[in-house]
Amino acid sequence: MIDRSTPPMKSLYQQLILDHYRNPRNRGELDDRTVEIHMRNPTCGDEIKLQLRIEDDRIADLKFLGDGCSISQASVSMMTTILKGRSLDDAHQVSRRFTEMMHGDEDAARDSELGNLRTLAGVAKFPVRIKCALLGFDALQEAMKKSRGEHDHPTESER
Amino acid sequence: MASPVIPPPAPAGERLDPEAVRGDFPVLHQEVNGRPLVYLDNAATSQTPVQVLDAISNYYRRDNANVHRGLHELSRRSTDAYEGARARVARWLGTDDAAEIIWTRGATEAINLVAHSWGLAHLEEGDEILLTEVEHHSNLVPWQMVARRTGARLRYLELDEHGQLELEPLAEILSGGRVKIAAVSHVSNALGTINPVAEIVGQVHSAGGVVLVDGAQGAAHAPVNVAELGADFYVCSGHKMCGPTGIGVLWGRRELLEEMPPYQGGGEMIDEVERDHSTWADLPHKFEAGTPNIAGAVAMAAALEYLEALGPERILAHEQHLVSRTLDALREIPGVRLFGPPDPAHRAGVVSFTMKGAHPHDIATILDSEGVAIRAGHHCAQLVMKRYGVSATARASFYLYNTDQEVDRLVAGLASVQEIFG
Repeated sequence: MIDRSTPPMKSLYQQLILDHYRNPRNRGELDDRTVEIHMRNPTCGDEIKLQLRIEDDRIADLKFLGDGCSISQASVSMMTTILKGRSLDDAHQVSRRFTEMMHGDEDAARDSELGNLRTLAGVAKFPVRIKCALLGFDALQEAMKKSRGEHDHPTESER
Repeated sequence: MASPVIPPPAPAGERLDPEAVRGDFPVLHQEVNGRPLVYLDNAATSQTPVQVLDAISNYYRRDNANVHRGLHELSRRSTDAYEGARARVARWLGTDDAAEIIWTRGATEAINLVAHSWGLAHLEEGDEILLTEVEHHSNLVPWQMVARRTGARLRYLELDEHGQLELEPLAEILSGGRVKIAAVSHVSNALGTINPVAEIVGQVHSAGGVVLVDGAQGAAHAPVNVAELGADFYVCSGHKMCGPTGIGVLWGRRELLEEMPPYQGGGEMIDEVERDHSTWADLPHKFEAGTPNIAGAVAMAAALEYLEALGPERILAHEQHLVSRTLDALREIPGVRLFGPPDPAHRAGVVSFTMKGAHPHDIATILDSEGVAIRAGHHCAQLVMKRYGVSATARASFYLYNTDQEVDRLVAGLASVQEIFG
């Protein structure tokens, strides 16, 4: 088999990304969730249901269900592994740095705070795919916003 | 199952030679990501030949003026060009009466015009609007909006496993006598299926209903004759058929259009304006409020000249040849699922597919990296996606300038997808 794929494809679809796509972490329903967000990208149909249990301004646990491309699903899977147990302040910071990385910020792409998420740095070179990588973080932002308002009550899906 | 309304392909000896026309399409001659562009997203928009580009340019360089208003030479020329283009579309669609041709912004606006003008005037609570599962959102949402306003109910014909409409329930649906209008696509943008429109028209007419045919993917890829089709309304879109964006056509039977109220008010569409009311212009101007897309109309006529010279039968035959080559190659790839009729004779130039383990967006990105442009997503046909239990498909769609070698580039690109995701 000759290697037909061009180098940019290898840098986009790194093994770790494909591994998270095929074997997503923290996938499922979180029974004792305090907040849930359903987010969909209407132009491409990618969707994510993100559930968090927020306790004392920390993400005590989080899980997701989703359907979409390797980039959107690997990104949210990696996000869950990094944010579990972290403070909401940390989550905001990771979200901000990841967004900066998606917009081509090379410092952000070296930031150890982002952990495995740095393997997604190559997405920045594919403008039409950036929204895929950000879908999980968009859901996270919405969930944290919603949680500020309705902190103590379990909430149902947006839809 | 009824046979397609589109005539059979021309004999093999009359095959269209895509190499002979590619020189007319400047956009095709470029590299994308270091490889010669292979443009296989024609169901979304087709490319534009120099003959059409020149028509736009010449119109603005020589004749540009508002139509039907000025008493000067340029206005006479622009009016002649605009009305001449209308007559050209009438001939293409097989009607002698150019006043039955209404210019619109596209197929979507044409459907909205009928849904709102005809629909709001004729539909009431308890009436039914017959749609199908294979429709593009542009032939669903306007009817949903009108149904909500009138209390009419939406009924659906469904798809079988091979992407063809099941007609068996049609008689039962029509037996209630409540279907006032059916809106059906000529050719599916998501699956490529050529729908049995003439048969549906016949049955709906027998039950006293009228039929709108969404020809956005029909008129572009095959000969159309509205008289033979028997429909009451037919809509199509310039940019799907070598013309520019922003121009489309509604054809309607004169007696229906005449009794329909205007869709939009403004200049051009009036006869007499008083303080508290106005009277309407005659057809077709009653439905053309405001300064129209004159250059677009002129360019669409140029596109029809171009297609006519090549021959609609030969264009369809060429597309079916490319579909056949693609289906044969994709059937050899493990994990590929094909959507739509297995027999290329039942489809126009669309191949929708998925690959196990690789999402359609990832397929499209990898192909794009090799210069091959396809569409991935729900194709504005979410009911089709739901019918087959997928959220998206990859779609290659062909037109008159695509070649066998380009099909082979698509297939080679899918080997790269397998290499990464397999």
